[in-house]
Amino acid sequence: MTDTTSSQPAPIEIPEGVWSQPAVNMSAVADLESVEAVRSVRAFASMTYDYTPGLATTRFLRAIKEKRLVGERCSETGKVYIPPRGVSPVSGLPTTEQVELGLDGTVVSFCVVNLDFTGNAQEIPYVSALILVDGSDIPIYGLVREIPYNEVQPGLRLKSVWVEDSELTTSFENIKWWAPNGEPDVPASDLADYI
Amino acid sequence: MRDVAIIATAQTKHVRAATATNEVEMIQPVIQEVIERSGVDRHGFDFTCSGSSDYLAGQPFSFVMTLDAVAAWPPISESHVEMDGAWALYEAWVKIQTGHADTALVYSYGKSSPGDLPRVLSRMTDPYYEAPLWPSSVDIAALQARAAIQAGVTSEQAMADIAYRSRTSAAANPFAQLTSSAQPSALMDEEYLADPLRRHDCAPITDGGVAIVLAAGDKARSLCSRPAWIRGIDHRADGHHLNFRDLTTSPSVSIAAEKAGVANGPIEIAELHTCFTHHEPILRSALGLGDDVEVNPSGGPLAANPMMAAGLIRMVEVANRIHSGEVSRGVAHATGGHALQHNLIAVLEGEG
Amino acid sequence: MGAERVAVVGVGQTKYTAVRGDVSLPGLLREATFRALEDAQMTLADIDAIVIGKAPDFFEGIMVPEYSFVEALGAVGKPIFRVHTAGSVSGSTAIVASGLIESGVHERVLTIGWEMQSCSEAMWALSFNMPFQQQLVAGAGGYFAPYIRQYIARSNAPDDTGVLVALKDRQNALKNPYAHLHEHDISYESVKESLMLWDPIRYSETCPSSDGAIALVLTNEAGGDAAAAEGRPPAWVHGTSFRSEPAMAAGRDQVSPQAGKDCAADVFRQAGITNPREQIDVVEMYVPFSWYEPMWLENLGFAEEGTGWQLTHDGVTAMDGDLPVNCSGGVLSTNPIGASGMIRFGEAALQVRGMAGEHQIDGARTALGHAYGGAAQFYAMWVVGADKP
Repeated sequence: MTDTTSSQPAPIEIPEGVWSQPAVNMSAVADLESVEAVRSVRAFASMTYDYTPGLATTRFLRAIKEKRLVGERCSETGKVYIPPRGVSPVSGLPTTEQVELGLDGTVVSFCVVNLDFTGNAQEIPYVSALILVDGSDIPIYGLVREIPYNEVQPGLRLKSVWVEDSELTTSFENIKWWAPNGEPDVPASDLADYI
Repeated sequence: MRDVAIIATAQTKHVRAATATNEVEMIQPVIQEVIERSGVDRHGFDFTCSGSSDYLAGQPFSFVMTLDAVAAWPPISESHVEMDGAWALYEAWVKIQTGHADTALVYSYGKSSPGDLPRVLSRMTDPYYEAPLWPSSVDIAALQARAAIQAGVTSEQAMADIAYRSRTSAAANPFAQLTSSAQPSALMDEEYLADPLRRHDCAPITDGGVAIVLAAGDKARSLCSRPAWIRGIDHRADGHHLNFRDLTTSPSVSIAAEKAGVANGPIEIAELHTCFTHHEPILRSALGLGDDVEVNPSGGPLAANPMMAAGLIRMVEVANRIHSGEVSRGVAHATGGHALQHNLIAVLEGEG
Repeated sequence: MGAERVAVVGVGQTKYTAVRGDVSLPGLLREATFRALEDAQMTLADIDAIVIGKAPDFFEGIMVPEYSFVEALGAVGKPIFRVHTAGSVSGSTAIVASGLIESGVHERVLTIGWEMQSCSEAMWALSFNMPFQQQLVAGAGGYFAPYIRQYIARSNAPDDTGVLVALKDRQNALKNPYAHLHEHDISYESVKESLMLWDPIRYSETCPSSDGAIALVLTNEAGGDAAAAEGRPPAWVHGTSFRSEPAMAAGRDQVSPQAGKDCAADVFRQAGITNPREQIDVVEMYVPFSWYEPMWLENLGFAEEGTGWQLTHDGVTAMDGDLPVNCSGGVLSTNPIGASGMIRFGEAALQVRGMAGEHQIDGARTALGHAYGGAAQFYAMWVVGADKP
């Protein structure tokens, strides 16, 4: 679709410099001077992809449908990864040992978001946190709710809040958000290796 | 120039759709295998370079995840090209020429199965005049095949013979996807896919990957009993707009072949990145290959065509035959873009 | 160790802005290219090879767009090469181009970094909604903000450090006619009072989304000598390096990543720099969120861990400080993603050539260009100097 109607863009101020356009003979298109310029060409493109989650992610998603969080262990370092992606980035070897993780976690760090980047935020501001799931060695991102945003601190203990059992699917969206679980905070020094 | 050789290779078994594994799970075993074969420590490579395509994967930064397979910890000197892995090899070869590296790990992979490949490849055309028409890769190839036939460069019969020869050669290739073919006379009875191309004229749609290890000079000799030396390597582009080009020839291949020194000695085999049967006579002519040169003994891309890897696999197939002592000198070709727009030529030799 | 010395003899930039509606895609690259060639006193015919970098193809909706620019860039019959290493990409691209000369493969190489972000919705191009992957619920800043918060906690930096960086860079941009943002009315208060997007990152501490391209002409030693003889000072490349580490590795420090430290150590070793604070005259570093200035100052070795913010507060990184950082206005003032790395490299070259115009640092002899990308995991750096290495 050719769009000749959009408003004229602001003129671009080209800085004084050493550059000059090469000379071009424009006589052949001189008649076009009175024609309105084409300002943009909009070409809509749509393509469909069928993605393959892969072996490790499939194992993870099958577990999450059963309201379980399952990480995978690096055979060389013993570190537990969530979500598992199939290969330990430190050893370059496949992760094959599954590790049942807790459904609680700890805030490692966070930010307070004042714009709705989700498209359907329940409240503004909201807290996006790096959360270390119990039993894992690398934090994941999650939404923190049920606590005033200015009371979230590193070390805050959280529980995962899930959709109704009848709504469980093979998706991360099974976890709606995270909320305080009432346990005492974890000392910051215990979290130093996870960020 | 420093002497640089391919000292180890590995590739996947190529399949129509690797539906169980994601990209990193697909390429990881190949990387592990080539590292073990090379004798270089997993953390001992001076440089790592890969090739892949976001449009193929259907996601931006798709190469970031596959970095997990090379154990980039401690951090590594690494780069990535949005092109076939043959160009990743080229970048690694240049890096070794600068003296900043003596060894390099190169890999590339492509899963065409997530998307509709001919439609995805239509996005690789000029955005103003061509892409809005959604010309598929097969449509564009058919225009070129028509021009080649009309110019007497090839014929539908010759193209069917190439398809038959390629896929029966692939019977001896354990990694190939298509390993048999009906007789050319039967192929000629098939319907057109895009006249003058029939299905057999087109490379299959493939998921797969490949990895190689490069080493310089004495390092290569110490790690490999018969290194495949890169005696010359060069790449060149032709124009993009089909109507500006003579589609029946490949000037960029001829320039690259001259720069790479193809004619400096006898060529025993050529592995050519022929995505369509008519590419073979165009490339043979542009490379100046005699009738005695065996082309695509592996079956070539007509037998397995993992996008972004099929070019680097051509080098692997020549290198493997040098490693085994089967041949002493061969040429490998890789291509990118539509209708053989961008071409890389490498001459590989064994010693003694 | 490289066989051949490398000189930067041409730098060309487009005017950067939110929407370059006045040029086509190849036109954008040509604008930067012809300026670089004019600077180098060359034409396209003199160029042996072209190396191009940009961020994901989804930004413009074209797969390997360089292929359709071959004619426009005079590249028919020549090598054309496309690099993609996330946000560091065009820094990596310049390094690949430099390698082509250092290795002796080519004598004159044109390298271009570009992005036309206005072609699409950047948020879309950067993060598809993958059905089975974890969703980042807060946009790009939401990824980095928790690490910035961690930096503040570790270093006890005053909370207006980021404000000072943003103010400095945006004021520097007023001296750079090519910069995207020219905020003549900017003040400490206006930055501090701007919307807190991702606490601790304010709106005015965040990079814009820009259209633009930069081109460099690199030559071998003979080319650099010839330019110098004609009174056009080259910038000599003293060292180049890239380093990568995994996006998600347990125990990885994302506040001061090891790959950044290693990359800096490598490039300084090549350039013979043992005390970067003393020996580097000016720095162009990739600061998309203001707090990354103190973070990178520490990561690169210009300040002890936990003290980078002091350099900012003491005015050391201002144009009249003894380690000026981002005199061009930096990424905070101009961010065509696929060009941003090479803009750092090109601005570093302009400084040591004495050609940075109003934002020139008098007497700059040695400069660092720095780029990073991905999950703070990909690094590309070069050191350029007025003197031959």
